[in-house]
Amino acid sequence: MTCTTLTALLLTMPLAAQAQETLNFYNWSDYIAEDTIPNFEAETGIDVNYDVFDSNEVVEARMLTGSTGYDLVVPSLEFMARQAQAGVFQPIDTSKIANYGNLDPEIMRIIATNDPNNTYGVPWMMYSVGPGYNTAMVTERLGAEADLDTWGMVFDPANAERLADCGIALLDSPSEIVGAALNYLGLDPNSEDTADLEQAVELLDGIRPHIRYFHSSQYINDLANGDICVSVGYSGDILQAQDRAAEAGNGVEITYTIPREGALLGFDMMAIPADAPNPDAAHAFIDYFLRPEVTAAVSDAVFYANANKAATPLVSDEVRNDPGIYPPEETVAKMYTPTPKSARFDRALTRAWTTLKTGR
Amino acid sequence: MKRLVALIPMAWLGLFFLVPFLVLLKISVSEPAIAQPPYMPLLDWADGILTIALNLGNYIFLTEDPLYLLSYLSSVKIAAISTILTLLLGYPMAYVIARAPEHRRGLLLMLVILPFWTSFLLRVYAWIGLLKANGIVNNALLAVGVIDQPLVMLQTDFAVYLGIVYTYLPFMILPLYATLSKLDADLLDASADLGARPGTTFLTVTLPLSLPGVVAGSMLVFIPAVGEYIIPALLGGPGTLMIGSVLWNEFFLNRDWPVAAAVAIVMVLVLALPIGLLRRVQAREGERP
Repeated sequence: MTCTTLTALLLTMPLAAQAQETLNFYNWSDYIAEDTIPNFEAETGIDVNYDVFDSNEVVEARMLTGSTGYDLVVPSLEFMARQAQAGVFQPIDTSKIANYGNLDPEIMRIIATNDPNNTYGVPWMMYSVGPGYNTAMVTERLGAEADLDTWGMVFDPANAERLADCGIALLDSPSEIVGAALNYLGLDPNSEDTADLEQAVELLDGIRPHIRYFHSSQYINDLANGDICVSVGYSGDILQAQDRAAEAGNGVEITYTIPREGALLGFDMMAIPADAPNPDAAHAFIDYFLRPEVTAAVSDAVFYANANKAATPLVSDEVRNDPGIYPPEETVAKMYTPTPKSARFDRALTRAWTTLKTGR
Repeated sequence: MKRLVALIPMAWLGLFFLVPFLVLLKISVSEPAIAQPPYMPLLDWADGILTIALNLGNYIFLTEDPLYLLSYLSSVKIAAISTILTLLLGYPMAYVIARAPEHRRGLLLMLVILPFWTSFLLRVYAWIGLLKANGIVNNALLAVGVIDQPLVMLQTDFAVYLGIVYTYLPFMILPLYATLSKLDADLLDASADLGARPGTTFLTVTLPLSLPGVVAGSMLVFIPAVGEYIIPALLGGPGTLMIGSVLWNEFFLNRDWPVAAAVAIVMVLVLALPIGLLRRVQAREGERP
């Protein structure tokens, strides 16, 4: 150990002994503004341990095991709803959240279909799942006149075949891709009917030979570098790819649209585990986050819309006026929110997905 | 005192293998539930009556869907081919190191171990950069003019084999080196004096004597390769079917911990076979004077 680190250790020891209040926060990776946490720490004196994850499933496994030590976690709504059923979370005490009224009542009503009375969650950010594409590569292969405002761009085998050589990627998430396929076929995207599932799988099987890979994060870099030309992914991730390509100045131009058939509208929810060591700090953070300027800064940094109505005017024009981030009302009307499915359906879905991917 | 020392590995095995195995066994015979933890308790104490609910259905379920058998077979196949490739590559390397002048061996062994100084995950990630469509290998080949279209190497079975062979090569070389370096050089001279060509000497003297190293190295590669999850997940294509990813699906996507536990228990049993084989070979070695 060097002399400096030893001194540093000695200096920090008395501080640690003062029983500093801490907040253990578990959020998605690349999902916060740079100054959100430091500002909160400076203002409240609460020390934040910020951990990140990149999959709902991993969070769920940890939550269901219990004793995670986290005070605040951010699962997606349909996952939060099921975990709440298992008794993992404690109700949000809105009396401790002065800024709760900033939340858009319309959006809270949509969320309440999965989280009755908005008992357990406060929305962090909202996302959609749709196709993002390399404009030049796609128009070169499908023609300048091609209809790109549709899921048919990827789900129509004729189009998929023409795009195969420049690379199509799909999220490795059966529920999100099968939901999109059901919606494209005009069926209920939340259907648990096996006959519907079969139809969706048949559609996906038709384009399967033209899919380069199934992955839930790799497409960000690949899209930005021009390694692939179409990816069905999370709105903000595709827009981050767009941003990275623009910064790199490599001539890659990425477009993200919500197709006219509609798309998944998802919510990532702040929730407080039942066994959280410091629920007060979690409530304090939620209250801090719901300040219009704090929420707006996060949206600007991560290219995701938020449910904080008071924050909307503070979000930069570039983000607020992008229909891929803040979809216009007529688009929202066609969007759907995923629901938690039965264990039986999830098993059938996973099995169908394995067959689709491996051919077995 | 000697007995006490022998107790340490037994305690280690009991604590870190037997106890987790029993926990897994317990979960594998319970029912899934939406709860924390997401399965029903095995023992239920109600009104003074203790009931034990053993659900063997999870094991029966594994036989009903051919997916599980196919994944086990596919994993064993990938692991076996990788082991053979690792052996073919590792044997000459171990041989050269063992025959190198003594002052050089330390350096050569160091070079074999050197990759371990970097995290395993990072080394697998590095292969993504090498193999991808506009990666280093493709760009180099394109620049030289060997190919005019990028080769599809990433997300293929080829990349999985490459990843496994690359990662596990040191585990093959080290035990091989250990046996080959103990090989008495006089035996080789004797063989040559008796008129054997180098090839014959290798096949009748060196190879049989290095067999314990071959077996140990092969087990060290084969056993972890069967359950390998990270390499196929990062380098493999969607068609790469391995038991590790089936296990992941059961645990994370289906949230069915009991079936996931049953898959894992069966995997341990599949692996117990080669381990048993290894013990027998070693026991036979021990009997020799």
